[in-house]
This record gives sequence, C-alpha cells and structure tokens, in this order.
Amino acid sequence: MNKKNKIKIVVNGRVLTVNLKFSLKNLLIKLKTPIDKVAIELNQEIVNKKKLSKIFLKNKDKIEIVHFIGGG
Amino acid sequence: MKSDILKIANKKFKSRLIVGTGKYKNMLECSKAIKISGAEIVTVAVRRVNISDRSKPLLMDYIDPKKIMYLPNTAGCFTSKDALRTLRLAREIGGWKIVKLEVLGDKKNLFPDMIETLKSTEVLTREGFKVLVYCNDDPLMCKRLENAGASAIMPLAAPIGSGLGIQNKTNIKILRNQTKVPLIIDAGIGQASDAVQAMEMGCDAVLINTAIAKAKDPAMMAEAMKFAVRSGRKSFLSGRMKTNFIGSASTTKKGLI
Repeated sequence: MNKKNKIKIVVNGRVLTVNLKFSLKNLLIKLKTPIDKVAIELNQEIVNKKKLSKIFLKNKDKIEIVHFIGGG
Repeated sequence: MKSDILKIANKKFKSRLIVGTGKYKNMLECSKAIKISGAEIVTVAVRRVNISDRSKPLLMDYIDPKKIMYLPNTAGCFTSKDALRTLRLAREIGGWKIVKLEVLGDKKNLFPDMIETLKSTEVLTREGFKVLVYCNDDPLMCKRLENAGASAIMPLAAPIGSGLGIQNKTNIKILRNQTKVPLIIDAGIGQASDAVQAMEMGCDAVLINTAIAKAKDPAMMAEAMKFAVRSGRKSFLSGRMKTNFIGSASTTKKGLI
C-alpha cells in the first residue's frame, strides 16, 4: 500500500495509522465507539458530534475520546 | 408532614443522599449499592475510553442516566484549566449542566485549592453551568463561592476517603447559618452516625462514596446510609428538646404508692 495515502494520528495517547480523507466519524466507527456515550476533542477543541462526518483528520492530529466512569 | 424536597439548581429531589460510583469491586456491586441507597444523584468521573479493550463494562450500562442523575465531577484535576476542560467535555457527553467542581491542591491529603476552585466557579457559572463546589470548611471562602454563583456548597467533613467523620463541627454550624444555597457535606463520612450528625446539624444533603464502597458489605452500608440521612433529617426538622444539666423524671409522682 502506498504510504503517501496514510496519516498518523494520536488517539487517547496511542498512535494510529489511518487513510487520508478519514473522517472523525470513520474513526469512531472503526473504534466501535458509541457516539452518544462519549465526548470528543480534536487538538484540544471540543467537537460538535453532529459534524463528525464533515471533519477530516490530518497528520499528527490529537484526538481524545472520553466517557463517564465510576468516581466520587 | 409536608413533603421535604431538596432543591438544587431548580431540580427537585426526594433523597438527600448523593452517592459516588468509584472504588467498588465491580460495576454490579456498585449498581446494587446505589439502588438500595435510594440516591437520585450519583457522581461520575470523565476518563479516556479504552480504545484497545472494549470488553470492559460501561457505567451507563449499569446505571441508567435517565433514571438517576449523573453529576459529572473533576476528580483528579489540580488546575482550573483541567477542571474546566473536564466539565466542558462532560457537558458534551450528554448535555449535563449540573456539575461537581473539585480542584485539588494537595496530593497527600486531597485538600482543595480554593483559589483555583473560586476562579473555576466564576468561569463555569458564566458559561451557564450549575456548579456544586467541593471546598474547604472555611466560612469566608465558602461565602465567596456562593457570591460567585455556586449552586451548592460542599465542604469536606474530613479528607476524601478518610472516613474520619465531621472534624470541625463549629465551622459546619457557622456554614449552616450563613449558607443560602444547599449545603452538602462531601468527603470524610465514615459511618452512618456521621451522616446522621451532618443532617442533624441542618445540612441539606451528604455525598458518600468510600464509606459505602469500602464497607465489607457495600449494599448493607448503602441502606444504613439511606436510613441515617432520613433519620438525621427528621431529627433536625422535628426540633429537638432543650438540653439540661439536671435530671428530669419521665414519670409523674402523682399516684405514687
């Protein structure tokens, strides 16, 4: 596969390699993430979950996907 | 007796016990304890999704946020910046506006950094959040938080997770007298009698996590706390008798043989 068509992104601190023109929506589907139960940050900015399919990832993008866990 | 409703940020609650969802052995134990406790509000934390292992159970699968209100917190945040980031993300997960702010300043004792806490309260209030604020039991700082728009003042009874009970009763009494928004004892409750004490002092609610989660039988302690909070509340509302330093017989002398 041509390396030029790939980009490297960091998701929750882990480096992932994905295709060019990969959208945030594609990413969440790939990670099997339940969209209604998470919040997403792209380079420290909160992403509007309605626009996930319109946001395309770039090389070195940093994505944080968070959810609720038990806490006091 | 007319209904005794707890109102926080214009939301009404029957239960005055708020329960944390951390430190349990597993999610099942946690959900059982919460059910028995009768709590209508539970605190939850915001953390990264585990993207490599999705087999782990999700909190929302065990505790339905439609039935019990999630109160997102900022546990583990040591700066205003981190706390704000966390709560903005929490709001994005499900539209929660009522949040618990907790900005720590002391890694050992987990005491709050009150300067950062006050700054964060001001920012969050401006952004439309309803902020329940974990704080020290210092009446001056608590007043400042209230003036900054806090929706509830949540002083510690003792360090988080210590189970020591209310250490500074004088300050809690002073806080009770001066606080117009709900006053909720957060952190340091160890056993049912501590919760009774807090409620008898007129506090509006208590928030308990470790005392339930780390009891040998969390479900039984959750039930004990439910009764303690109700009992303490009724004891407070009933208007207790005056104390005396001489004995007063309960039985009349009339008809004594």
